[in-house]
Amino acid sequence: MRTDNATLFAEGTVSTLRLIVYLALAVALMVLDHRGSYLELLRRTGSAVVEPIYRLAAFPADVARATRTAVVTQDQLAGENRQLREALLLAQARLNRLDTVVAQNARLKALLDAQKNLGLSVQFSRLVDVDLDPFRHRIVLDTGANQGVEVGQPVIDASGVMGQIVEVLPNTAVAMLITDPTHAIPVVVERSGVRTIAYGSGAIDRLELPNVPISADVKVGDRLLTSGLGGRFPAGFPVGEIRSISNDASGMFAAAVARPAAALDRSGEVLLLHDQAQPYGPPPTPPEEVGPPADLAGPAAGDDPAAAGRQSPPTAREAGVGGADDGTRDPSRHPSSPPAQNPAAATPSPTPETTE
Amino acid sequence: MNRMRAQGWLFFGSLVVAFLLQMMPLPQVLLPLKPYWVGLVLIYWAIELPERVGLGFAFLFGLAGDVLTGELLGEQALRLVVLAFIVLRFRARLRFFPMWQQALAVLALLLNDRVVTLMVRGFSGEATPSTAFWIAPLSGMLMWPFVFLLLDDLRLRLRGSE
Repeated sequence: MRTDNATLFAEGTVSTLRLIVYLALAVALMVLDHRGSYLELLRRTGSAVVEPIYRLAAFPADVARATRTAVVTQDQLAGENRQLREALLLAQARLNRLDTVVAQNARLKALLDAQKNLGLSVQFSRLVDVDLDPFRHRIVLDTGANQGVEVGQPVIDASGVMGQIVEVLPNTAVAMLITDPTHAIPVVVERSGVRTIAYGSGAIDRLELPNVPISADVKVGDRLLTSGLGGRFPAGFPVGEIRSISNDASGMFAAAVARPAAALDRSGEVLLLHDQAQPYGPPPTPPEEVGPPADLAGPAAGDDPAAAGRQSPPTAREAGVGGADDGTRDPSRHPSSPPAQNPAAATPSPTPETTE
Repeated sequence: MNRMRAQGWLFFGSLVVAFLLQMMPLPQVLLPLKPYWVGLVLIYWAIELPERVGLGFAFLFGLAGDVLTGELLGEQALRLVVLAFIVLRFRARLRFFPMWQQALAVLALLLNDRVVTLMVRGFSGEATPSTAFWIAPLSGMLMWPFVFLLLDDLRLRLRGSE
């Protein structure tokens, strides 16, 4: 063992000056990065190194899971099989019923000549089981820019919304979960149609709805769906279920707590939605030549501008992740802010996906 | 020469393993318990190889960590520089502490690291983490003897094999 008595009392190589220099350097980097998000750029540049390390870190967990699957008893398999069969049956039944609803919906929409409903275009993706930081709710997915993943895509699993993509590397993507403390998602109460925003709480099984109007019709057990406001998440996906409601400190609002519908801590496979969110509310005024017959167009045209004007401004703030000061760190938010998007989405032509 | 190379392998290998451990998934309930492996390994090397682990090294190491898992470039670099500075300052005393005292010192270091993290995140406008945030230093303290003994043992073996 090397003995160096020099450092017993003398400062040796660690001088306070050097500390200050390095601290200043670190702070400067942080400030620069906070303004310009160079870290993502750096990570993307170094993705040839970063991505294998993610895979390597996930490897033990993969092995453990594979082992567990390999040694699982036949009894368990049979049980799981039975469960899955029941679930499939249920899903089939629901799907069958849904088919009729979809057909009906298509008929009605055709009748109204409203914008085409986008077919659900999804991409399958698997979780890379690494933990970036236990106090930031991020998941790493094994698809990236090469597979067509883009920042801002909603991530869902079988039972609900999980989050959205915040960063894309060539073969990896990082998604922020809806429970991240800086995440907010516009929701609507399925039963009563009350709209509000669900914020992440930092706990994986908890969403907070801090500003529900006191008079609003919200009960424990109500299901929350995405409202489609804000243009990030398409409308109608389950977000969670109200667990409790209480008055907030000011007494002006009711503060509700919800449990996320998606299996945020258990899902191994997720779906990335490709279609853009549909604008909420009645369809904007269609161009004259493709419009409905004159007798139908009259009331709709009068109604639309007001509705669009009423709903667009709040959605721009509601949509994204994070608080106001987080704005510079999420460049993804700007391209999909609703005022820019709604006109594009409203015209039927630029949607390649076909209606169901 | 061979011995030096083996030592170098151990040095960098332990750092890489620390990163992998840091990113290793755990069941949800255990996640807050995950010690700051990167910090523990850096503390060890700062105590044992101060001529190699200076502030500059801690800084670069932290930057690597930021690129791997970070949200803000420089956050881990700052944390590790602070950590390395304190360790190097009190190195002579830390080295000869009995194990339990060393573990307590590590607890203090990791708690300080948590405070630094909280400050950085507060300034960058992130939400304050839950109280579970403060559990990790405790588990770090509990893991310290194992980290120390394992790395020490490996180093002695490498030396003995020569």
